[in-house]
Amino acid sequence: MRALGLFLLLLASLAPARAETLITSLSNHRVLINSNYTGTEIAVFGAIERDAQTVARATGFDVVVTVRGPRQFLTVREKERLGPVWINQDQQKFPSVPAYISVMTSRPIAEITSDQLRQRQKVGLESIISANDFTYARDGADKPFREALHRLKAQEGLYIENERGVTFLTSDIFRAGIPLPATAPPGNYDVDVTLFADTVILARTNTSFELVKTGFEEQVGVVARDWSLLYGLATAVIAIFFGWLANVIFRRD
Amino acid sequence: MPVSVLLILGMGAAVGFISGLFGIGGGFLMTPLLIFLGIPPAVAVATQSAQIVASSTTSVLGALRRNALDHKLGAILVAGGFVGSALGVWFFAAARRAGQLDLVIVISYVTLFTIVGSLMLKESIREFWHRRKGGAVRLRRRAGEHAPYLGWPLRMRFYRSKLYVSVIPILGLSLFIGFAGALLGIGGGFIVVPALLYVFRVPTTVVVGTSQFQIVCTTLVALILHAVTNQAVDMVLAILLIVGGVFGAQFGARMGRHLRAELFRFLLAILLLAVGLRFGLELVLQPEEPFSISVQEVRQ
Repeated sequence: MRALGLFLLLLASLAPARAETLITSLSNHRVLINSNYTGTEIAVFGAIERDAQTVARATGFDVVVTVRGPRQFLTVREKERLGPVWINQDQQKFPSVPAYISVMTSRPIAEITSDQLRQRQKVGLESIISANDFTYARDGADKPFREALHRLKAQEGLYIENERGVTFLTSDIFRAGIPLPATAPPGNYDVDVTLFADTVILARTNTSFELVKTGFEEQVGVVARDWSLLYGLATAVIAIFFGWLANVIFRRD
Repeated sequence: MPVSVLLILGMGAAVGFISGLFGIGGGFLMTPLLIFLGIPPAVAVATQSAQIVASSTTSVLGALRRNALDHKLGAILVAGGFVGSALGVWFFAAARRAGQLDLVIVISYVTLFTIVGSLMLKESIREFWHRRKGGAVRLRRRAGEHAPYLGWPLRMRFYRSKLYVSVIPILGLSLFIGFAGALLGIGGGFIVVPALLYVFRVPTTVVVGTSQFQIVCTTLVALILHAVTNQAVDMVLAILLIVGGVFGAQFGARMGRHLRAELFRFLLAILLLAVGLRFGLELVLQPEEPFSISVQEVRQ
């Protein structure tokens, strides 16, 4: 009996690592954005379930929601002084980076977990951008380009970090609102929700939604890309038509 | 591109007014304005070509009705213009790939506008001077005096323009205009017209019609090539520019009939120099944000 009791105690002390389960859900799996519109928001809901044996944690939970948009091949260029003029000189290529990243956390990210874990698990915008797979390393020459990409994307509202983005409704139910600006490109968006307690990862879920752009301008954009000759000819015909119309309306003689 | 519809329409009308006033295409003003507004230079240049097509269609149709057009000279100009246009679009795409398109556009504008603007300014000031001294307005060149390159081989007779000149300088001129037009989003009327008038001495009656004929053809080609090669044409923006420009130009043209020629040339020169200077500043001043992103490819 004592042996069994000890064994159970041991099991109970090991079990917490697997004891919490995370259940998440998105308000939508298909988001429509009108090109003229100011953008929209998608909500992530989550619940943390504990089985009966697990003891309540003293520290409480932390949640990090990371959303990554479709990938792009970007080039960042830097203007440098050459004689009297400023021209693009050095450049850094980013072969496959998310066009959109948002990181929503329940507390400032530095308080949630350690630096090392953040770097290793790419938790937080800073760690994602400074990760090795984000771009080629060039003995530190890549650093200002990573920072510039971060800054420029943040200005467009496409790289977002909000340390109060996740709200706990009760001690184990939370909600996060993810802002999607009108400039967010269409495509597949991965949503990664990570549960932390006492600086360790307890559970993780992955889900995704699709962003679809609607509206006249978007349709025009598709035609311009996929039917460029037709598009060029149509623009030419419109231009000639207006020119002819003006000639007819304002005929002076 | 989140730019106000009314702003674009208003700008189209204002530039149309100025172009009507001066009897020029207006591309050389509109493209810089669009760039200063924050529209990417590539889109500004490519889209503006649609507006040029519209405005020159109007003038060509007018010229056709008045029979103020030399078809043969026009055809030669168009032939050179096509080659120039294609080269211009190709160069545009190459510069864009190298990440230096903005630089190329800005430098070309500065150079072209400074040269043409100061030549015009010099000319108009000299004319003012002569008029004040009371002398008759001086003839530009004495009769019978020709620039030597007009006598090069491949001479051709243009009856309508009363010309018998080598086609080589004509082709050269139209090649250059086609190239500059495709690269900069300008029609080039403000270069072709003086060149035909003063260098080739084409009669004033056919000059405008013929140059507009060349512009409509080459810009049409440039527009389609830009759409196919660079996908930088924005149809919505084009329509706004055209609608604004068409009406503005009509009112400008009405006003323009009361403007004296040398005052007109003086104002135009100031305008060109101002735009050139504004571009020059962009090049020389330290940028607030030295970094820029360009999207090479979207992976879906």
